[in-house]
Amino acid sequence: MKLSGIAAAVAALAIAATAAGAVELPFDQIEAGRYQAALGDCAGCHTAPGGKPFAGGVALDTPFGTLVAPNITPDRDTGIGAWSEADFRRALKQGVGHGGKRLYPAMPYTAYTKMTDSDVAALWAYMQTLQPVSNEVRSNRLPFPFNIRLLMAGWNWINFTPGDFKPDAKKSAEWNRGAYIVEAAGHCSVCHAPKSALGADKGGLTGTVLQGWFAPNITGNLHDGVGSWSADDIVSYLKTGVGHGSIGSGPMREVIENSTSKMNDADLKAIAVYLKDLPAPADKGPAPMAADNPAMQAGARIFAVNCSACHNGDGSGQGQLFPKLAGNGVVQQNDPTTLIHVVLAGSQGAVTAAAPTTPAMPSLAFRLTDQQVADVLTYVRNSWGNAAPAVTPDEVAKQRRASKNGS
Amino acid sequence: MARKLPRKDVVIVGLGWTGAILAHELTDAGLDVVAIERGPWRDTATDFNIGYMQDELRYAVRKDLFLQPAQEAMTMRNNTSQTALPMRDYGSFLPGTGVGGAGVHWNGHTWRFWQSDFQTKSHLTQRYGEARLADLQVQDWGVTADEMESAYDRFEYLCGISGKAGNLGGKIQDGGNPFEDPRKRDYPLPPMQMTYGPTLFAQAAKSIGYHPFPTPAANLSKPYVNPLGISMGQCTMCGFCERFACANYSKSSAQTTILPVLMRKSNFEARCNSEVLHVNLDAAGKMAKGVVYIDQNGEELEQPADLVLLCAYGLHNARLMMLSKIGRIYDPQSGEGTVGRNYCYQTNAGIQLFFEDKNFNPFIASGACGQTMDDFNGDAFDHGPLDFVGGSGINCIPTNGRPIGTRPVPPGTPRWGSAWKKATKDHYLSSLGFSAQGSSYAARGNYLDLDPTYKDRYGRPLLRVTFDFPDNDIRMSHWVSDRMVEIAKAMKPKQYVEGRRNKSWNSVPYQSTHNTGGAIMGADPKTSAVNKYLQSWDVPNVFVIGASAFPQNAGKNPTGTVGALAFHAADAIRNQYLRNPGAALVQA
Repeated sequence: MKLSGIAAAVAALAIAATAAGAVELPFDQIEAGRYQAALGDCAGCHTAPGGKPFAGGVALDTPFGTLVAPNITPDRDTGIGAWSEADFRRALKQGVGHGGKRLYPAMPYTAYTKMTDSDVAALWAYMQTLQPVSNEVRSNRLPFPFNIRLLMAGWNWINFTPGDFKPDAKKSAEWNRGAYIVEAAGHCSVCHAPKSALGADKGGLTGTVLQGWFAPNITGNLHDGVGSWSADDIVSYLKTGVGHGSIGSGPMREVIENSTSKMNDADLKAIAVYLKDLPAPADKGPAPMAADNPAMQAGARIFAVNCSACHNGDGSGQGQLFPKLAGNGVVQQNDPTTLIHVVLAGSQGAVTAAAPTTPAMPSLAFRLTDQQVADVLTYVRNSWGNAAPAVTPDEVAKQRRASKNGS
Repeated sequence: MARKLPRKDVVIVGLGWTGAILAHELTDAGLDVVAIERGPWRDTATDFNIGYMQDELRYAVRKDLFLQPAQEAMTMRNNTSQTALPMRDYGSFLPGTGVGGAGVHWNGHTWRFWQSDFQTKSHLTQRYGEARLADLQVQDWGVTADEMESAYDRFEYLCGISGKAGNLGGKIQDGGNPFEDPRKRDYPLPPMQMTYGPTLFAQAAKSIGYHPFPTPAANLSKPYVNPLGISMGQCTMCGFCERFACANYSKSSAQTTILPVLMRKSNFEARCNSEVLHVNLDAAGKMAKGVVYIDQNGEELEQPADLVLLCAYGLHNARLMMLSKIGRIYDPQSGEGTVGRNYCYQTNAGIQLFFEDKNFNPFIASGACGQTMDDFNGDAFDHGPLDFVGGSGINCIPTNGRPIGTRPVPPGTPRWGSAWKKATKDHYLSSLGFSAQGSSYAARGNYLDLDPTYKDRYGRPLLRVTFDFPDNDIRMSHWVSDRMVEIAKAMKPKQYVEGRRNKSWNSVPYQSTHNTGGAIMGADPKTSAVNKYLQSWDVPNVFVIGASAFPQNAGKNPTGTVGALAFHAADAIRNQYLRNPGAALVQA
């Protein structure tokens, strides 16, 4: 146990002693833990939609099969009520659960390993205050051989480096705070870092495909990252779901609703400062396609009929309601998965107290052929200053098939 | 026997404009509220998809969003000597159904009624003498325009109405309606950008000395964030408002102004596809205990509640009161009874102009983008030398150029074939209409009650509508039609064709979904069903909110006043009723 952990335990004991024998955890630590739960977005996986808080049940589709987030309420039989604080810390920081059971890295211990012991202690204190819920969750629904948990020992040996967050002394305290949140509790890399064949982060936050979406580049890249965003834009986006003409949707919607909208402004600003400073290898995108390209011309017509009423003819969008397409990083990602997804399936914006409208893009799958989706997206990706590779009908067809198969 | 559910503080029947406003206000006051809606859940992205919303056949012709007669029909007749027959299809008016109600498919004209409208009887009696009203049964509302000002203001700011004030605190404003009562501040948004047709109309009207102004519109001239924090978009002038829902978040409705916030509240619940059969009263019939309804699985349920709000369409509010035995049903012979009394409508007339040298591009339009003149509305003009009371707003509001319905051909054109097609082609772009929306004043023989013969699918008697245009209103409409001819001539068309209002009311061609009365408000429980706060005189924990409360209808669209009455009733419940629940707010 590190010193800070001991100090916290001593403080807890001191308070318990004054409370006539009842074991009470200090209020400040519980509140700090509640905040850690928001930073770590525990609810995103461990609270099923409409379900009891932290009682588990969200299914995660990984390239290796389905995992279901377990019940982490203090229920002894179906939750983590039988765990000790040491068990909890080991799960978060080593990926090893109660009784030595190997966790799958869908649980982002690869990031949580960087959390400080005091933050983990606070989170544990908070978890102790949750209402125990009896809810048996069968987590491991992976096919053979991935259902063998011991395999994760080998995976960890290759892919996992346990260890605390190491501040960069050359950077400001604010930058380091941002880095700590992004790399540790915030576990942004789980979605935004490119993946190896084994599903491990390859480093960097330049984006990757997951769950039928492309989690975009969030480095300081000017073309398709957040380099052109002001720090205030990023704060606004994370706090309200709306910023820099973008509206958070897809898997990020849940992150905004459960996690970033609950962060304090100083932490959001720190995240913005850190992200904008992340190295951005290729600032310039490709040259835009010529407007007289046949796909561009077809796309322009499809855009006028299907898209311009909301996004405007010049791609300027409308405030909190319809995203701005001109200069939008998500539009210009090298990988068009998110755009294809939105046009085929539609999507709905995040709902936050500051931006309650939750506008939605309707599904246009019934109306546009693969060729038409490809052309209109090619047009959107190469108009009004945008530049990105053309979208092919095959890419659209592949995603249409995947969405019909329910993934 | 109905299965009894856990009690709620408030049960609301119908989740349209008034239900959503009341639910929002009362959940803010901390009450636990459930709304029971007969139709389906509807939201913009899922149900008003931009990819198919502009489907004229589905929505305008086949009336996809409306109440279907198989669900609830009504019977109609023109007077008590006739036997009413069921309307096999809704035609003359089209009640909405589903979340958002008729507020989903309206055009968006958003008016304030005037002091002279709220005090129709006392004002007209004082100015013209009692004899002028001999054939009418007009009444005062029990409220003044001054009392309603802040409620109107809140509805207009909730919606983001686009318009120009004509009277700010008593100062007449250039470009607005000089006949309106004083308002405390301007509309939240400037008027919509005017199209060509209304611009020409306004020039002609001005040349004769009239005072046209931009119609106050619930189609937004600019992006808007309302006081609830909900964003709306700028209208795209697609020309698909009336009979359609807006796919662009730019027409005010419960969906675009309230529901995103309301639906997130833990003390609110909406139950859709659930039809309320009646309000349950205690043994003495003096207090409501809740409602009985059939849910989407066909199960009959009882929802107990301390407060019952009837927020259905006005006609349905009146019928629910009758089915629940709240108050006494009106009898036209004796003039006694209050529920069903003073059913009124709208007295409309039109005129179509054919030009040779104009191009109006009629497809660039919105439901409320146009010009109105109130020179001949209400009592804005002296009726002393005339033989009627009331009046009409004259509106040039070309709402659409939709391909099935927009076939402006001159009289004498064949009704099908190549000549008809050629005439359509010749006149589609170059014709323009405008209309008079006339007041509808109450008459003793116009009323609602329960049909003695025909029943709905649950065995409940249908509503019977007994209505014809009173002679006063017909005289008014013809006089205003004469004025419209003068304006038409000033516009120098090649030809104009009048559509005058004559007897009798026919339930088949579409005229207006502005049905008013049946549960009217007033100061006297002998002649009104609800008091000035829309509280039932007979069962004080029931409030009845909607156009059912209008003692008679003005020459204006009712929605602005319906929305204002909802805020007015909500204020009374929050600030007065909840201090002493179950008590009458006005002593009979």
